Amino acid sequence: MAADMRLPTVRKQVSLSGSKSAIASLVVPGDVITTDTGFMRGHGTYLDEEKLTASVAGEVERVNKLICVRPLKTRYNGEVGDVVVGRITEVQQKRWKVETNSRLDSVLLLSAVNLPGGELRRRSAEDELSMRDYLQEGDLISAEVQAVFSDGALSLHTRSLKYGKLGQGVLVQVSPSLVKRQKTHFHYLPCGSSIILGNNGFIWLYPTPGQQDEDAGGYYTSIEPVALSDREVISRLRNCILALAAHKVMLFDTSVLYCYESSLTHQIKDILKPEVMEEVVLQTRHRLADQEG
Amino acid sequence: MAGIELLSDQGYRLDGRKATELRKVQARMGVFGQADGSAYLEQGNTKVLAVVYGPHEVRGARSKILYDRAVINCQYSMATFSTAERKRRPHGDRKSSEMSLHLKQTFEAAVLTQLYPRSQIDIYVKILQADGGNYSACVNAATLAVIDAGIPMRDYVCACTAGFVDDTPLADLCHAEESGGGTSLAVALLPRGGQIALLQMDARLHQDHLDTLMEAAMTACKGVSKVLDEVVRQHLQEMSILTGE
Repeated sequence: MAADMRLPTVRKQVSLSGSKSAIASLVVPGDVITTDTGFMRGHGTYLDEEKLTASVAGEVERVNKLICVRPLKTRYNGEVGDVVVGRITEVQQKRWKVETNSRLDSVLLLSAVNLPGGELRRRSAEDELSMRDYLQEGDLISAEVQAVFSDGALSLHTRSLKYGKLGQGVLVQVSPSLVKRQKTHFHYLPCGSSIILGNNGFIWLYPTPGQQDEDAGGYYTSIEPVALSDREVISRLRNCILALAAHKVMLFDTSVLYCYESSLTHQIKDILKPEVMEEVVLQTRHRLADQEG
Repeated sequence: MAGIELLSDQGYRLDGRKATELRKVQARMGVFGQADGSAYLEQGNTKVLAVVYGPHEVRGARSKILYDRAVINCQYSMATFSTAERKRRPHGDRKSSEMSLHLKQTFEAAVLTQLYPRSQIDIYVKILQADGGNYSACVNAATLAVIDAGIPMRDYVCACTAGFVDDTPLADLCHAEESGGGTSLAVALLPRGGQIALLQMDARLHQDHLDTLMEAAMTACKGVSKVLDEVVRQHLQEMSILTGE
């Protein structure tokens, strides 16, 4: 088998010219933002002897009297209504624990899921005992954030047929800050695959399902073999998403699709080579810029 | 001193530095994609990798959970090839557990742990090449990794060692100077406020000399903090330009 080898190359320097205004608002931990006591202390700041001081490295955001520092990279901070993809880590009494790249594991209550057999169903003790039949450790789910607790933990729900257990597909993990907030995070891409862009940076790629089985309530998973053509599309999309994430391009349906289209001239396995990656991402950036006008 | 001459009559040290001169510090942030934060740091010939995961749910023993703040879990290790003599170093030997404990104490003083109750922050550091000042290089690398992970800190934590030879304090000791048998003082400092996060000295020293030695070590820490500050700002600018486009 032919192996691809390359020699180390010098890292490219990012030119620091331009956007001087943005640079002015960057702070590092310990930087005093203001000594004025009239401001409110937001996230990423603390009061050090009456002085408002940054505690993370990032950009200062000011909303009226509130000062926050937004770090460039963090774990996922959930908000009500976000779509997330997560993995079940624990089955407890009346609840599942879900790993969602958040500071604490999220909870999915038994009362917050759609069980097979109708909307209005009482949750009995039997349901509690058979929780593991619906979701067990290691299963992937898509869900929506229902509430945020005071300690930052999230409460999820899957009370809609679009949420539920995920079947066959590919999970890609990127930084949560790269996923663009949009009206919908479920997309059927015209290239023949579907995508769930979780706000927590977990992205799920799966073959577009035929028709939804209403009775299963989202717990039916197809184990039919996926066609080679579908698998190729999914692998290409995965590599495209990784390429976009490596170059810090915001991820949403259009950017993923444009990247997919500009990668078509290359083989799937070549997309992640640095020079090909750069070319594909550059084309995507241009198309996105053109589209914006 | 019986062995080699650590400070020449002209005031130069073994590697040609002046008494108060630091070794060259070079660093990079965000070297791994998988971890929440990571950094690589070279302090002279001492090379360290630091990786931070978290804050995340406490895994393993539930008894570790603190209900008012985050648990900090540090692990220090040395690569087999890090010293002159090749040696397998199993986890949990006394030297590395002590170092892990010191790192934990240092970062508990600097990280704002009370913001993340019931969670855990993992800091893993690995020495790739050891040439003296292992503790300080680890602290400096871990600081960068924690900042990269976006975890709130009071300030940078900068660490440096200082020794005392011929009535002269020497900043940032290398391996030859450390193993010469003289005093070695390690300080971890929050430079802006001047608070000391950790202070360690193993050998004997006359009380009269302590102040000058502390002074030298703290000046060295502030020198390191300037370099780290530059690295962080450079990284921030690069990242914000990339995402801003």
